[in-house]
Amino acid sequence: MIQQMVREFALNEIEPVVAEYEAEGRFPEEIIKGLGDLGILGMTVPKEYGGGGCDTVSYTVAVEEISRACASTGIAVSVNNSLACYPLLTFGTEEQKQEHLVPIANGTSLGAFGLTEPSAGSDAAMQQTIATADGDDYVINGVKHFITNATVAEVYIVFAMEDRTKGTRGITTFILRKGDPGFTFGTIEDKLGIRASIQAELVFENCRIPADRLLGVSGKGFKVAMMTLDVGRIGVASQALGIAQACLDRSVQFANEREQFGKPIGRQGAIQEMLANMATRVEASRMLVRYAGWCKDAGKPFSKEAAMAKLHASETAMWAATKAIQVHGGYGYIKDYPVERYFRDAKITEIYEGTSEIQRLVIALNVLAGK
Amino acid sequence: MNIVVLIKQVPDTTDVKIDPKTGTLIREGVPSIINPDDKHALEEGLRIRERFGGTVTVLSMGPPQAEDALMEARAMGADVTVLVSDRAFAGSDTLATSYALTRSVLTTGEWDIVLGGRQAIDGDTAQIGPQTAELLGVPQVTYCIEIDIADDQKRVTAKRALEDGYEVIETELPALFTVIKDINKPRYPSVRGIVNVCRDCDVQTWNAKDIGASKKMIGLDGSPTQVARTFAPEPKGEGLILEGPAEQTTKELVRHLRDKNVVRVR
Repeated sequence: MIQQMVREFALNEIEPVVAEYEAEGRFPEEIIKGLGDLGILGMTVPKEYGGGGCDTVSYTVAVEEISRACASTGIAVSVNNSLACYPLLTFGTEEQKQEHLVPIANGTSLGAFGLTEPSAGSDAAMQQTIATADGDDYVINGVKHFITNATVAEVYIVFAMEDRTKGTRGITTFILRKGDPGFTFGTIEDKLGIRASIQAELVFENCRIPADRLLGVSGKGFKVAMMTLDVGRIGVASQALGIAQACLDRSVQFANEREQFGKPIGRQGAIQEMLANMATRVEASRMLVRYAGWCKDAGKPFSKEAAMAKLHASETAMWAATKAIQVHGGYGYIKDYPVERYFRDAKITEIYEGTSEIQRLVIALNVLAGK
Repeated sequence: MNIVVLIKQVPDTTDVKIDPKTGTLIREGVPSIINPDDKHALEEGLRIRERFGGTVTVLSMGPPQAEDALMEARAMGADVTVLVSDRAFAGSDTLATSYALTRSVLTTGEWDIVLGGRQAIDGDTAQIGPQTAELLGVPQVTYCIEIDIADDQKRVTAKRALEDGYEVIETELPALFTVIKDINKPRYPSVRGIVNVCRDCDVQTWNAKDIGASKKMIGLDGSPTQVARTFAPEPKGEGLILEGPAEQTTKELVRHLRDKNVVRVR
């Protein structure tokens, strides 16, 4: 029923307007508001904190269906659920949950996650942002970049180095709110794909926040980041799956309609091979994505499973987008058809929330440890 | 206000395929949905409840799988959902169905307004609403695009769509209204609504005895209609497009109309 609801919403409310938002690079505020009203933005959060009380498997279905219509909307939903709601729910105190989780879980506002820095990408431990305790406050200085939902979010999960001598054990997590003194936004990125999504810099200049904004335990921030990214990967994997499914949908439609040599191109063996491979890889990705979600729901370890799902789904999305353009021929290369957008959107899924190389590292370390 | 909404579960296609041998609908492989017009009726019922308070009871007559449609109605916000289902109803035509639905409406107890869609996309008869109103003995307004209930919760002004305009009808509750899609935009069920339904679904089922239906009035015995043949209409011809200067195309058009005996030119 979740699938049917989200699919109908995507078809009626997103699909007709997506091209316009993407062309203008405009954040789909109206769509996000609609998803908030339906409870999608915080669907994985328990009801007592304003969420939908859904399991992770349903969440993967929802992000897939949304991303099938619009990958930019898909990542906004994924980031809010996985990267903002999840750490607040898991590591927050009751007061923090009431104050910061409820508004982003009930659809009133959005959350964001600030880990990446200009010189701390895959090597997330190289945090240059500094947090200094000062009386009852913390003072934060530094810059985060490529932050999804920046400028449109109200609540930010931000990582900063408290004690550089301790390495990763010196990193602490903080909850920032838009409007905190000394917290501003820098460059808004101009991107290849997901153009309706916002990625921007968070700039902290002597940003002073009260001590009750510390999330979890001082010095345990790196663990918060890694655990949160495991969950985030299930979301990005679902987004990639949605893009891949859209590639298949459009290719099948085109193969049935387009005639060359006196028959639909879908009756040519070369096209059939591409469609068959695409359908099989998409379905394999779906199984990995749902399985990772199921592992999380069942309380089992899911770090390896999430990495596998993300790796496979994102590489499938990129590959399927390449083939979808091939099926469309010249029509696939022009902006009248959506497959060129899928191609541009798919690429980021192999990069953010852990590149494919990092996913392979995570998987390898897990299998080497016998997990 | 006690609002009763009648819904039907239908195959999700306007291009219903028919088994050429048996003349019945092929339902396999076609997902089922709430009949589109009925969804608008449900939305109208929910809006009336939001304005005046009360309960929305959704009734659906059909096989056990129609429960899915009722669960969706529940997720959208219906308070009570009842599946009217019994083997004895099998073979019911629109009259027998209207009778069973009438008995079901009466079984809900106190009711003020009955809402339904104009017609179902599988049968297209548009007979259930009017017949049910007749059997209930209440006024009916069909093809509604606006239902405005006065603050006294008694007087109603309804706008009904006609082919070439609309008609404004005043009536009093209790009454039955059938609606068309222009009346509103149905809400999507919320995540919370869906989760609640999945965890705690209580679709009631009423059989013929529960609604006090007379055996003679239901199923084949209660159905004067006999289906001789069901078929998909022949697709329309491609049509003819005349191109060229107006003077020439007008002459050609007249010739075609005359050839087909549409007009006679003396």
